[in-house]
Amino acid sequence: MAHTVTRLTRFNMTSLAVGLAFLYLPIVILVIYSFNASRLVTVWGGWSLRWYREFFSDRAMLEAAWMSLSVAAVSATLATLLGTLAAVGLARGERFRGRALFSGMLYSPLVMPEVISGLSLLLLFVALNAERGFWTVTIAHTTLTMCFVTVVVQSRLSALDRSLEEAAMDLGCDPVRAFLMVTLPLIVPAIVAGWMLAFTLSLDDVVIASFTTGPGSATLPIRIYSEVRLGVKPEINAICTLVIALIAVIIVIASFASRLSNARGESAAPL
Amino acid sequence: MSARRIFARPARLAAIAPYLWMVLFFLVPFGFVLKISLSQTAIAQPPYTPVFDFSEGRAALAAAFAQLSFDNFRLLVQDNLYILSYLRSLVVAVTSTLILLLIGYPIAYGMARLPQRWQAVAMMLVIVPFWTSFLIRIYAWINILQHDGLLNQVLLTLHIVSAPVVWLSTDSAMYLGIVYSYLPFMILPLYATLSKMDASLLEAAGDLGASPRQAFWLVTFPLSLPGVGAGALLCFIPIVGEFVIPDLLAGSNSLMIGQTLWLEFFTNKDWPVASAAAVALLLLLVPPLVLYDRLQRRQLEANR
Repeated sequence: MAHTVTRLTRFNMTSLAVGLAFLYLPIVILVIYSFNASRLVTVWGGWSLRWYREFFSDRAMLEAAWMSLSVAAVSATLATLLGTLAAVGLARGERFRGRALFSGMLYSPLVMPEVISGLSLLLLFVALNAERGFWTVTIAHTTLTMCFVTVVVQSRLSALDRSLEEAAMDLGCDPVRAFLMVTLPLIVPAIVAGWMLAFTLSLDDVVIASFTTGPGSATLPIRIYSEVRLGVKPEINAICTLVIALIAVIIVIASFASRLSNARGESAAPL
Repeated sequence: MSARRIFARPARLAAIAPYLWMVLFFLVPFGFVLKISLSQTAIAQPPYTPVFDFSEGRAALAAAFAQLSFDNFRLLVQDNLYILSYLRSLVVAVTSTLILLLIGYPIAYGMARLPQRWQAVAMMLVIVPFWTSFLIRIYAWINILQHDGLLNQVLLTLHIVSAPVVWLSTDSAMYLGIVYSYLPFMILPLYATLSKMDASLLEAAGDLGASPRQAFWLVTFPLSLPGVGAGALLCFIPIVGEFVIPDLLAGSNSLMIGQTLWLEFFTNKDWPVASAAAVALLLLLVPPLVLYDRLQRRQLEANR
């Protein structure tokens, strides 16, 4: 009767189903209500694209959306570059002085409360007398998201079969060439997934951006946040749905990238 | 020299740029927080110069004693406020982490027992909300919980309640929001340990006469403790400093430390006090951070 102990029970199935419903139901409701014709958020007035039109004629919101998208694109690209280099250093650098500090600095932002990261970066920018706006937010987001990229790429690098790059070097490649010709193509899916993750994290952030941005350059989450504090508005439902749609596209691309890496016989990135 | 060691040198060189970046934008800023938390006069330029400059730091306390002014009185009042919001942050973080464990464990356990190909699907389904905007997910709940929101409508229609219940601006709403937002962070590490578990151990326990319940408590649960630890820390540490969720969902009569810091900074424009709050919060988080770092490193070694 050994397998009664390992069997999938009804309890297992129920907890799984309830758990997933809990995770998805609120988002589904939000999306449905964004198509509600009624001004009252809670009364169903039939299907309509009214609030989407409202958003596309709301200049301040559109500017904030553009600011967010550009910060996300630039910071994700910088973070991917720096994060991949950091991952290479950690996964292939063997032991070096300052390694513990390096990995500590890269792991702690993953859990560091955002109010601390935001405040400390702001104080640095003030001390440097930097004008706050696009670049300060971008630098702040790069710092946070490169740590996520590092984790994703590093776990991929650690899972790789190192005999491949060693074979390339035995065949006369120098290390840089071996990396570019052999290792890099194998970790491209993780790098793509890392960029996507960095992009969505940047698009999502409200706390760090609030600290590091300047007057007149609010990001989309900052605008959404200040609207939400005043209460529910149907236009916000529409904006949120658009952001969800954008993120859904990104997830599909990222999952294709990680499926690609699965197909190559290695485990996928943890995030 | 082995290929591995030849490879290591350029790899270390690659780390220089991110190393410098993290020192400049992660480590050095903490120095500024520390400095400003101990200083009485703000280093900031106008128009951000605080109106009242005093801090919680020891130097400021001595100075305040020397002055024995109205400021001193206010400092004490604020001290009390701080202690209360620290305590609240701790209580909220511990309670939420426990709730998350209670809810997350059965889900992770169910996932680990699914047939192999369904496990990948379930994992994807748990990860997707992690990618979806945190703020949007909280906003989705405000939609549901508001006075004439869907939840009250359903409850009224089903005659479970006779009048609309106040859900927003309560602690229950805040806990709901926290649990909702952090659930993937709890499930994923738990699932990672549970799915790696050797099923033959459980079969052996079964062969030796253990009931499923005994097998769970004597074999599965003890073996899943590293996952429990990782999940708990991954939730506990950021929840202590949480700002957005309590600000949008909880009432305003008692604040968490992240909210107090935010208030001091943005509303009172008191940078030294905000910095002091950040330093204190950081000190509170050092032990769990060290623990988390150690677990993370052990995990990486084990994967190698």
